[in-house]
Amino acid sequence: MTTLAAVARADAPLVIGALILGCVLVLTVLAPLVTPYGVAEQSILDRLQRPGAKHLLGTDQYGRDLLTRTLFGGRTALLLGLGAVALGLLLGVPIGLASGYAGGRTDEVVMRVVDAFLSFPALLMALMIVTALGASTAHALLAIGVANAPGIARIVRSQTLAVKHEEFVLAARAQGDSQAYVMFGEILPNLLPPIVIEATIRIGFAILAGASLSFLGLGVQPPTADWGLMIREARQHIFLSPWPLLCPGAALALTIVGFNLFGDGVRDRLAGRA
Amino acid sequence: MTPPREPSPALEIERLSVSFETPRGEVRALRDVTFDIEAGEVFGVAGESGSGKSTLAYAIMRDLAPNARVVGGAIRCAGDDLLGLAPDALRSIRGRRIAMVYQDPQSALNPSMRVGQQIAEVLEIHALASRSGAAARALELLALVHIPDPPAVARAYPHQLSGGMQQRVVIAMALAGNPGLLIMDEPTTGLDVTTQARILELVADLRHNIGAAILYISHDLAVIAQVSDRVGILYAGELVEVASVARLFHHPAHPYTRGLLEALPDIDLARGFRPIRGRLPDLTRIPEGCVFAPRCDFVEDACTRGQPAMATAVQGHAARCLRWEMVMAMPPAPQGRRIAQRSRETASTVASVQNLTKHYDEPSALARWLGLARPPVHAVDDVTFDVRGGEVLALVGESGCGKTTLGRVLVRLLPLTAGAASVRRRESGAEITSDAEFRRVVRIVFQNPDSSLNPTKRIAAILDRPLAIHGVSRPARRARVRELLEAVRLDPSYLDRLPRALSGGEKQRVAIARAFATGPELVVLDEPLSALDVSSQASIVDLLMELRVRLDASYVFISHDLSLVRHVADRIGVMYLGKLVELGTVDEIFSPPYHPYTRALLSSIPVPDPSAPATTVRLEGAVPSARRPPSGCRFHTRCPSKLGRICEEVEPPLQRADGTRWLACHIPLEDLRREPPVRPGNA
Repeated sequence: MTTLAAVARADAPLVIGALILGCVLVLTVLAPLVTPYGVAEQSILDRLQRPGAKHLLGTDQYGRDLLTRTLFGGRTALLLGLGAVALGLLLGVPIGLASGYAGGRTDEVVMRVVDAFLSFPALLMALMIVTALGASTAHALLAIGVANAPGIARIVRSQTLAVKHEEFVLAARAQGDSQAYVMFGEILPNLLPPIVIEATIRIGFAILAGASLSFLGLGVQPPTADWGLMIREARQHIFLSPWPLLCPGAALALTIVGFNLFGDGVRDRLAGRA
Repeated sequence: MTPPREPSPALEIERLSVSFETPRGEVRALRDVTFDIEAGEVFGVAGESGSGKSTLAYAIMRDLAPNARVVGGAIRCAGDDLLGLAPDALRSIRGRRIAMVYQDPQSALNPSMRVGQQIAEVLEIHALASRSGAAARALELLALVHIPDPPAVARAYPHQLSGGMQQRVVIAMALAGNPGLLIMDEPTTGLDVTTQARILELVADLRHNIGAAILYISHDLAVIAQVSDRVGILYAGELVEVASVARLFHHPAHPYTRGLLEALPDIDLARGFRPIRGRLPDLTRIPEGCVFAPRCDFVEDACTRGQPAMATAVQGHAARCLRWEMVMAMPPAPQGRRIAQRSRETASTVASVQNLTKHYDEPSALARWLGLARPPVHAVDDVTFDVRGGEVLALVGESGCGKTTLGRVLVRLLPLTAGAASVRRRESGAEITSDAEFRRVVRIVFQNPDSSLNPTKRIAAILDRPLAIHGVSRPARRARVRELLEAVRLDPSYLDRLPRALSGGEKQRVAIARAFATGPELVVLDEPLSALDVSSQASIVDLLMELRVRLDASYVFISHDLSLVRHVADRIGVMYLGKLVELGTVDEIFSPPYHPYTRALLSSIPVPDPSAPATTVRLEGAVPSARRPPSGCRFHTRCPSKLGRICEEVEPPLQRADGTRWLACHIPLEDLRREPPVRPGNA
């Protein structure tokens, strides 16, 4: 019993994070089943309603149901966060892996370029990309993904350095395995735990970055439901009704906290195992 | 003045049991361990990994991991119960009455603090000296551990000292509080044999000088034989035998002790060399009865019925065995067959190494132009030798001598700086040119089985890969993988396991199977046994020798262990600081004329025989830096029989001495020949 309690205490962040993310995921995926309203369904008579029986969380300035909008906004947020991090991994993992494995001058050059990218705040870089390409959901995803890549590349590179001198890597080279196989077949599987940890923590921040871009009008465009966009639109009516602002804000905060707790938990778990 | 009374032993351990709480269950790491150590006595504790020897040390220091629990028993230090002490009282005892010397001196010393200051700190913490007194006492302590020029060393930072010096400093720190009990946990394990020999001498010396009781823990029975007065053998958490050092090594009463001794290669080739079968039991599920029964050659029904009590053979010699009389009466195992075959002078040359040179860290053109160039590390310099068909050529030398680098250059894992290394096919004699053919015919087995198997891959996938690379069809591969597993005596059920589910010896078997998968003709074995427990070493040697005969492959066997090399090699090359200093058949290397370094190496090897003569040749100082190797003969800075200027200025060439022996030394052969053999009786 004591051991069980100890394990539960040690894994509390993991458990709480997983619970939050589980709820967020189920509610957003099943959003059309949860609410009777359409995401863009307007009702001019029910503008800026307080929470009540008809609209559980109230309505926004067009009379759209806030619960519906918040849940559908979660879909955008999750897609944006997961997509951007996936893109960041797709770019950052090969760069970090190849750079670390090659070592020497190649590594030096690649890492200086990565450092140059890292010296910009990620959001600023995303802003520049979106400004250049134009505002849309896809561009926001691309921008956040690219902004995440240098950080991921750095982590992957440092982990590669730790693994590449292991004897199993030498053994692979000594039996005639190709460079690509050594990198992706031998080294990469050993980097998965740190990559998973890094990715989980980054998803939260990617969602926040997506919301920020939308808030600035540079990301998701109306009438799509998105937390950043909802906050942007609700700003003007804050004194009439705080609900259109509070709902997406709380959802955003909760989701990010969920991802961070989960990421921390996963890290403690995997680090403890090593 | 205390009235005269029966003095308590310096350390008394009574029925000590320690368990670890793990997710798998309770690991019963120590069970019912009882022994005591008198003041001025060295008690050696020997055991393999998992025997609980470090747990014992940490239990005495009251420094166990948080998930460990002392389940029962008592630990008394000069009569005072240690287990009942409050944290405050404990602090005043640690470092004062009980001190510990750890395995790795580098992590035991604070890298940012001068050596003298670190020692003085111990004295100040325990209020044993004033500030100025502490500094003076630190110098005395450094002198006590035979450090030359204590004032200079006291001013040095740890990283400026060699490993042997660092360990001396750690010992000096441990002695600072003038402890009644000194615990030494594998203090020479990371050191070279010539350095180890000096530390062992120091330990023997300290016993006479300081009168402390010493608990000396080691996995190396030869080391235990050299330093101990009495010895305890730990197996799977139980103390299975306790005896005086002479009784234990000459008349072992427990089958495990006997097995351990026979599992060690005997440098004089006088007795058997065979493994202990089976593996350590799972400490979460201790079998009923004798814990060693599943691996014991003497087992009978009664052995599995209950834990045997400690049986006393003679006063002071006890073993936890029902059949100890049988064990003692059994004659020693016959002389092991000499595994190695005689070298075939006429055999074809499989590999030839010509003036091979490998430098690391070559300065860049830019650094040279800026005048910032540091000299490169001369890992291997101008080495020439041949490997013949079907022979085992051993490369021996201490760490940093370049043997591992040489092996890696030979299998083309590293590019060479100058010279040439080529491999020929055994049948056709044609030199291998294609990379694919080279990778198939020349293979390597690494030292550490824990890191040479990818932890994320199953055994089947690991063995399949070299076959896939070299174009074996999928169905043929599946059959071949099973065949390989069988050849290294592993059950087919291992195919689906991950490396972490295997013991060290089993992992090394898989690594060997992988190397032999492609039917190699030349295999470089880089210290293939040094990470393994004693009990499994002999079986790996047997396996390697069997495979060699079956495949008629040649081995380059890299090792620091001369006893082992004497069993397995046909020829031996001795390396020092990147140079090959002597090359000859096994019998030649083990008899005069020796290269002075070979002589020092041979005389430094500890043997598991307490009556063996002590080291005769002592090497002073540390191995010089390979970035700036000494001029002339590289060994001249440490050579006990240096001639003079010629050794400092002229590099001695490797030349034919007698028979098939090659030697690089300025001393005239006749003089070298007059020296007595290091290991008399079998020269």
